[in-house]
Amino acid sequence: MTLALAFALMAAQPVTPQPQPEPDTAAQQDDFSGVDWEKEFGVEKRQVDPATGELPVDPYVQSPANAGATPFSGAGMAKAFGGQEGIRTIIDRFVDLNTTDPRIEAIFKNQDLVRLRRTLFEQFCYLLDAGCTYTGRDMKTAHKDLGTTRADLNALVENLQRAMRENDVPFAAQNRLLAKLAPMDKDVVER
Amino acid sequence: MTVLAGLSIWLSVAPEAHADPLFDGGKLILTNGISTIEGASGGGLASWATIAGMETDRGVGVSAHVTGIELADYGWQSHGVSVGIKDRLELSYARQNFDTRKVGAALGLGEGYRFNQDIFAAKVRLVGDTVYGSTLLPQISVGVQHKRSLDGTIVKAVGAKSAEGTDFTASATKLFLSKSVLVNATARLTNANQFGLLGFGGPNQTDRTLQFEGSVAYMLTPRLVVGGEYRTRPSNLAIAREDDAHDLFVAWAFTRNATVTAAYADVGSVATFDGQRGALVSLQFAF
Ligand code: HEM
Repeated sequence: MTLALAFALMAAQPVTPQPQPEPDTAAQQDDFSGVDWEKEFGVEKRQVDPATGELPVDPYVQSPANAGATPFSGAGMAKAFGGQEGIRTIIDRFVDLNTTDPRIEAIFKNQDLVRLRRTLFEQFCYLLDAGCTYTGRDMKTAHKDLGTTRADLNALVENLQRAMRENDVPFAAQNRLLAKLAPMDKDVVER
Repeated sequence: MTVLAGLSIWLSVAPEAHADPLFDGGKLILTNGISTIEGASGGGLASWATIAGMETDRGVGVSAHVTGIELADYGWQSHGVSVGIKDRLELSYARQNFDTRKVGAALGLGEGYRFNQDIFAAKVRLVGDTVYGSTLLPQISVGVQHKRSLDGTIVKAVGAKSAEGTDFTASATKLFLSKSVLVNATARLTNANQFGLLGFGGPNQTDRTLQFEGSVAYMLTPRLVVGGEYRTRPSNLAIAREDDAHDLFVAWAFTRNATVTAAYADVGSVATFDGQRGALVSLQFAF
C-alpha cells in the first residue's frame, strides 16, 4: 500500500519543474539599492556647503532676539564659563553627551551637528556676554517637528549640567544660565 | 510598491524613537520633593505644590518613604506610599505612629502608649512648573488630606470633637534658578490637633482655621539641598497648648531614585510636655 501511494505521488509530481511565470520577483522586492528615496518622497537634497560644512536651512530673519533671552551684562558670567574657549569646550561636550545619550540620541540622528555646535556656541556666548552675536533660528522654529517631550528636555538639562560641572563652572553660575533657558520650555518642547 | 516599502521601514523605526514608557522616570532630581510627615510630597513639614514620583507629564511615578523623629520625650515613626500621575495628580497614603514613652504613664495611658493615624491624601497641580516657565508663575497645587485617628476614645477624652478630619491645602512652589533658591508657601485649612494624632477640633476652636506653611531651600548641587520650614498650627484643645513647628533640613539625593533627609525639628509643646525638639531622618525611594 505504501508503494502504491509513492507511485501515485510520483505521478502527481511533474517530472521537470515548470518555469516560474515571473522569475526573481521576491529578490527584486527586497532590492532597493537603486531607489532614490529623496526623489521617491519628493524630498529636496540638501548639499553641504564646502566652506562651512553646514547644510542649508529654510530662510529666516536673523536677529540676536532669536536666542530667546536677554544677555547678562558685565564680565562675571563669561569669566565663570572660561570665556569663549571655555564655552566652546562646554558646548562640544554638551553636544557629544546629547548625541550619545540613549534617552535622546534618536532626536539628534541625521541632524546638522556642525551647525548645531556653531549656533549653540553663539547662543551661549551671546547670552553670557562673552563677545558674540547669535545668528541662528528662534527656538520655536529650530525645534519644530522634533517631537521633543518634557522628559527629553530634562535629559538635555542634565547633560548641560554635567558639561558645565566637568568644566568647573560654579553651581550658582550654572543656575543663572539655566534661569535664562528655563522659560524657553514651551518653545523647545513639542509634545 | 516603493511607497509601501518605505512606509514599512518608517514604521519599524518610529516606535524606537517615540515610545513613551509608562514609568518614564524623567523628572529632574529632587523636583518631586521629599515625603512630608503627612505623606504628601513637599519638604519634611510643609506640603508643597510638587507631585510625587519621578514621572513627567507623559508617565506615572511612585514613591515610598519612612521617617523617624526623636523628640525630647516622644518617638515618631511614619511611612507611606504615593503615586504621581502625569506630574498632575498625586495620591498618597501615610501611617503615623507616635510613641508616648514615659509620658504615656504620666498621662495615665500607660508607658509606651502609641497614638496612630492614617492619612489619605490627593493633590492636583493646577498651573505652572517649579522649574520651567516664567519665574512669575510658580507651580500651584491644591490638596485634600483626610486623616483618621485610630484612638477615637482617647482623643475625645482629651477634648477633641472628632477622631476624623480633613485638611485642605493650596501651595505655590518655585525654584528661582538665578538665586538657586526654592520657595514654597502653603495655606492650610485645618482643625487637626498635633497633626490629627490628638483628634480634630476642641473646646477652644471646633472649626478649621487658616494656617500657613513656608519653606525656603538653597541648592548646593543638583542633588543636595539645605533649607528651613515654618508651620503654624491651631491650638484647639483646652488641656494642652499647641505651638508652631519649624525645622532645618538637608536633603541629599544619593542616587536618582533615593533621597535621604536629615533635619532638626521643633514642634514645641506636645500634651503639656514642652520643648519637643530633636532629630528627623527620612528615607525616600522614588521611581
Ligand atoms: C532650552 C533648551 C534648548 C535650547 C536653548 C536649545 C538651543 C538650540 C539652538 C540654538 C539650536 C540651533 C538653531 C539653528 O540651527 O538655527 C537648536 C537646534 C536643535 N535642538 Fe535645541 N535647544 C534646547 C532644547 C532642545 C531639546 C530638549 C532637544 C531634544 C532633546 C533639542 C534638540 C535640537 C536639535 C535636534 C536641533 C537641530 C534642529 C535642526 O537642525 O533642524 N533641543 N537648539
